[in-house]
Amino acid sequence: MDYSQFLAMKQEIGLLVLFLFVFLYDTFMPKHALGCIGKVTCLLFGLFTLYGFCPSVIGDGVVDGFSGMYETSPAIVAIKNILNVGVLIVLIQSLKWTASEHQVIRRGEFYELLLITLFGMYLMMSGRHFLVFIIGLESASLPLAAMVALNKHRYESHEAAAKYIMTAVFSSAVLLMGLSFVYGLTGSLYFGKIASAMTAASSVNVVMLVVAIAFVMSGVGFKLSLVPFHLWTADVYQGAPTSVTSYLSVISKGSAAFAFLVILWQVFGTVYSLAWEWMLYALIILTITVGNLFAIRQKNLKRFLAFSSISQAGYIMLGIIGDNAMGEAALMFYVLVYIFSNLAAFGVIGAIENNCGKVSMDDYNGLYKTNPRLAVTMMLAMFSLAGIPPFAGFFSKFFIFTSAINQGSIAIYVLVLIALINTIISLYYYLLVVKAMFIKDVDEMTVASFRSAFSERLGMWICVAGILGLGLVSWFYDSLLCVVGL
Amino acid sequence: MEATIPVLILAIPLFMFLLLGLLGKFMSHKMAGILGTAGMGITLVLAYYTAYLYFFSGAPEFVDAAGNRLQFLVFNQDWLQFYDKLVIRIGFLLDPISAMMLVVITTISFMVHLYSNGYMRDHHGVYEHGFQRFYAFLALFSFSMLGLVVATNIFQMYIFWELVGASSYLLIGFYYVKPSAVSASKKAFIVTRFADLGFLIGILILSFYTGTFNFTELTSAGVGENTFAVSLSTAENIKNIFATSAAPVFMGGSVLTWALVLIFMGGMGKSAMLPLHIWLPDAMEGPTPVSALIHAATMVVAGVYLVTRLFPLYLMEGVSLTIITVVGAVTAFYAAMVACAQIDIKRVLAFSTISQIAFMMVSLGVARPEFHEGLGYMASMFHLFTHAMFKALLFLGAGAIIHAVGSNDYTAMHGLRKHMPVTHITFLIGCLAIAGIIPFSGFFSKDEILSACLGHNWVAYVWMSLVAGLTAFYMFRLYFLIFWWKEHKVPQGHHQPHDQPWTMTVPLIILAAISCVAGFIPFGNLVSWDGVPYDFMAHFDWSVAAVSLVVAILGILIAWRMYCKENALPEKMRKALPNLWTWCFHRFYWDELYMFITHKIIFDRVCRPIAWFDRHVIDGTMNGLAYVTNKASFAIRGLQSGKIQSYVWIYLVGALLLGIITALCVM
Repeated sequence: MDYSQFLAMKQEIGLLVLFLFVFLYDTFMPKHALGCIGKVTCLLFGLFTLYGFCPSVIGDGVVDGFSGMYETSPAIVAIKNILNVGVLIVLIQSLKWTASEHQVIRRGEFYELLLITLFGMYLMMSGRHFLVFIIGLESASLPLAAMVALNKHRYESHEAAAKYIMTAVFSSAVLLMGLSFVYGLTGSLYFGKIASAMTAASSVNVVMLVVAIAFVMSGVGFKLSLVPFHLWTADVYQGAPTSVTSYLSVISKGSAAFAFLVILWQVFGTVYSLAWEWMLYALIILTITVGNLFAIRQKNLKRFLAFSSISQAGYIMLGIIGDNAMGEAALMFYVLVYIFSNLAAFGVIGAIENNCGKVSMDDYNGLYKTNPRLAVTMMLAMFSLAGIPPFAGFFSKFFIFTSAINQGSIAIYVLVLIALINTIISLYYYLLVVKAMFIKDVDEMTVASFRSAFSERLGMWICVAGILGLGLVSWFYDSLLCVVGL
Repeated sequence: MEATIPVLILAIPLFMFLLLGLLGKFMSHKMAGILGTAGMGITLVLAYYTAYLYFFSGAPEFVDAAGNRLQFLVFNQDWLQFYDKLVIRIGFLLDPISAMMLVVITTISFMVHLYSNGYMRDHHGVYEHGFQRFYAFLALFSFSMLGLVVATNIFQMYIFWELVGASSYLLIGFYYVKPSAVSASKKAFIVTRFADLGFLIGILILSFYTGTFNFTELTSAGVGENTFAVSLSTAENIKNIFATSAAPVFMGGSVLTWALVLIFMGGMGKSAMLPLHIWLPDAMEGPTPVSALIHAATMVVAGVYLVTRLFPLYLMEGVSLTIITVVGAVTAFYAAMVACAQIDIKRVLAFSTISQIAFMMVSLGVARPEFHEGLGYMASMFHLFTHAMFKALLFLGAGAIIHAVGSNDYTAMHGLRKHMPVTHITFLIGCLAIAGIIPFSGFFSKDEILSACLGHNWVAYVWMSLVAGLTAFYMFRLYFLIFWWKEHKVPQGHHQPHDQPWTMTVPLIILAAISCVAGFIPFGNLVSWDGVPYDFMAHFDWSVAAVSLVVAILGILIAWRMYCKENALPEKMRKALPNLWTWCFHRFYWDELYMFITHKIIFDRVCRPIAWFDRHVIDGTMNGLAYVTNKASFAIRGLQSGKIQSYVWIYLVGALLLGIITALCVM
C-alpha cells in the first residue's frame, strides 16, 4: 500500500489531529484548565480553517486515492472551507452556552462530538465508495443524537434525541436497502464502477433501479430534511440546545446537500432523465411548499426556523438540477450565504434564550425598543433568508435560479416559477418576525434590555459582515465558479 | 490650456454644497453666509479669468489663424461605455457661448449670494430658519448650471439639466412649511420632468442613429487636437445619416425633425414656453433671490442655450426652426398680455421673464446664416446676456421692496420713491433697459432681435415690435404703481420702509451699472453662430432702432398717463374691456385647463378605473391566494403529529410512493 495516499487527505488528518488534541486536553488536563477548553478549541479550529486555504491543501485538480475510494479537488476543499467557516461561527456562538452554570455535563463533550461529526461529513463529501460514504454518514449522524440530548435536565432534549436516533436508524436502514439493490444491479460499490456498469449494461432492471434510487434519495434526504422525510426536524430543532440546532440546520444540511449532488451525478448521472429527474422535481416542490406552509403557523422561533430551513433545503436542491459547474457553484454559494443568514438568526435566538429564556415569537414584540442591535441583526438575517436585495440572500437565490433556468426546459420554468411563488410566501413569514420586532407595540416588554456576551456578539458580527459583504461582493460567486471548473 | 481652473470652477461650488450641506448645522449663520459667498467669489474670479483667456488671449486653441473662434475640449473623461462608439463622457467644452454663460452665471450667482446675506434676515437682523441649507442649495444650483453650460455632450447636459431641475425644486420649496411653496415646487418639478421626457426621447433618437452624444461630433468638425470649428457639413452628414437609415417620414415630419422638436420640448419646459409655462409664475413662491438667480437669469434660459448648442442641426430642418419661432412669438405676446394685469409684482416679473425668453427663442427661430451671418443667433445670446443682468436687477430690486414692505402686492407699496432712493433709481434703470430705451443694454439687444425678425419675415417683426411696446407698458405700469401713484401709507404698527443694508444695495448698484453699459459691448466680435467675429454695428439698422424706440416711448407714455398719479382711468379701462382684463388676470385660464385635464380626465376617467381594478381584481387575487395558502397550511398540520410512529410511517410511505410512481411512469 502506498502510504503517500494519506497526503491527499490533508483536511481529514488535520481535523483528526485537532479532535485528538481536544480529546486529550479534556481527558488529562487538570480541572481548572478545562474552563477554557471552548476558547482553545475555537482558536485551534480558527487556525485549522485558515489551514484549509493553503494552496497545498487546495491543490490544482482532482486527486483520488485508495483505489478510487477517496477523492479531493479544489471544489471539495472549497465546500469544506465553507463549512469550516460555519463551524467556527457555531463554536464561537456556543462559548457562552457551554460555559454556563446550568451545564452539568463535561464541557468537552460538545466539542469532541461536534468535531467527530464534522469528520464524518468530510468523508460523506469525499468518499467515492458507498462504504466510506456510509461510515461518514453514520459518524455524522449518531454523535449528533448525543449532542441533541446535551441539555440533560430538559425533557424536550431527551425526546428530541430519541426521535432523532430512531428516525436516523430507520433512514439508514432504508438507505442501505437501496444500496444493496444498487450492488445487486451493478456488482460494485465504487461510484465510478457503478456508473460505468449502468452505461454498459442496458439490461439493468429499470424498476429495481428506480426503487433503489428512491431509497437512496430518501436516505440522504433524511439528512437534508426533504419532505416527506423531514418530520423529525421540527421536534429535534425545538428540543435540542440552540447551538446544536444551529449546527444541525446549517453544517449538517450543507454537507448533505453537497454529498447528495455528488452521489446523484457521479453514480446515477447516466440515468438522470430515465430514472430520477422527476423524483428530484417532486422532492423540490414538496420540500419548498410544505416547509413554507408549516412555517407560516409557527409561534416558537426555533420551530419556525426548522421549517424555514426545510424550505431553504428545497432551494439548495435547485442547484443539483443539471450537472454543471454553474449549479455546483450556485449550491456552494447558497450554502455559504445560508450559513451566515441562519447563524445570525440562531445567534440572536441563542443570545435571548441564554439571557431571558424566551423563544416564542410573541416574546419578540417590541424587541427593537429594548435591544435594537439584536433586532437589526435578526432583521438582516430575515431579509437575507427571504432574498431581499442587496443582501447576500438575494444573490444566492438569484444564482441558484439562474443555474436552474439555464437547463431551459418547460418543466424547469414551471419548477422555478413555483419556487418563486414560494419565496413570496416565505417573505410573509420572515416579515412576521420583523414586524413583531419593529412594529408591534406592547405595554410590557417580555425581553428586558441586556448586553450579550462578547463571544455572542463576535459571532453575530461575523454573520452580519457575511450577509452585507457577500451582498456587495456577489462576484465571489465567479471565483467559486472558477474553483469548480478546475 | 490646463484643466486645473476649469475643474475648480465646477469643484468649488460642489464642495461648498457638500460643506454647507453636511457641516452647515455646526457653523453659525453668518459663517455659512460668508463661506458660501466667498466660495462663489472665487468661482467668479476663475470663471472671469477663463472667459478672458478664451476671448482675449488669442491662444491657438481658442482662435485659428484667421481669427475665428474655436471650440476647445479642455477635458473629456469617459464615464459610461455602452460599446466602443457610444460613450457617455463628462467634460468641459469651452466655446463662445459657454464662456459667455460662465460669466453670466457666476456674476448673477455671486450677486445673489451676496444679496441673500441681507435678504434672508428679518428686520431685526435675525437669520431665517434653514439659512445654511439655503446657501448649500444655492451652491448646488450653481454647480449644476455651470456643469450644464460646459457640457461636452448632450447626455452630460441632460444629467446637469435634471440637477438644475432638482435644485430648483429644492429652492422653490425652501419654505417647506408653506403649503403654497410645496405645491409650487412640486408643480415646477412635475411640469419640467414631463417636458424632459420629450428631451430624453429626442436624445435617444438622435444618439440611436448617429451613435454619438458629443456636440463636437454632431455640429462641428475637428481642426486640431481637441479643437473644433462649427461646421455645417457635419450637420449635413447627420442629416444624411437620418435620410439613409431612418424612415423618410414619420407622422408628417422627418425623424430628425422629430428628434429636434422633442429636444426642444425639454427646452420649452425649462424655459417656460407656452403651454409648459405654468410652473414659472408659481415658482415665485421661493425666496426672491432664488427667483432672480434661477427663474430669471440662468436656469430658465437653459432651453435657449440648448437650441443654441444644437443650432447647426436645427438649421438642417427648417420646420423645427419655424416651430420654435411660432411657439416663441405666441408665448411672448401671451406673457406680455398677462403681465399687464397682475397685482403681485413678482408675478409681473415672472411673466415678463417668460416673454423675454420667448424673444430669444424667436430670435433663434429666425436666425439664418445667409442673413447678416446669422444675426438672430448673436442677438439671442446678446439678449440672454443683457436680460440676465437687468432681470436679476429687477428681481433683486423687487426683493428689496418686498423685504421693506412685507408684501408682494403693489397695493401695499405706492409712492416708495422717497423712502427707497437707491432701489428706486436702480429699478428705474432696469425698467428702462427692459423697455429698450437708448443707451441702456436692452435697447441694443432687442434691436438686434427685431432686425433679425425683419430680415426673416415682416410679420414676425411687426408682432415682436408690438410685444416690445407692451413690454415697455407693463414694466412702467409696475414702476409707477410701486414708486408713484400716491403717497406711501405706512400701515399701523409698521415702521417706515427704507433702503436695505449694503449687502443688498451693492448688488443692485453693480447690476444697474452693468445694465447701463452692457449694450456697448461689441458682442458680435465675441459670439457668433460659426465663431467668425463680425462688427455688428455694420448690421445695425437705424430705422428699426428708431421705430422700436418710438414704440417703447409710446408704451411708457401710456403707462405714465395711466399710473403716474392716482386717477380713475385704469378702472375705467378695466370696466370698458371686462372680459379681456379678467382673462389676462386669470392668465387665460391655463391653470384651470390643466386642472381640468388632470383631474377630470386623467384622474377620473383613467386613474379611477385602474385603481378599482387594482383594488378589487389584483388585490382580490392576492387575498384569495393568501387565503388558500393559509387554509392549506391549516389542513396539513396533522402531518406533524409529534408521534414517532407516524413519522416513520410517513417516511416509508413517501419513499415507496416516490419509487413506485416513478417506476410506473418509466415502465
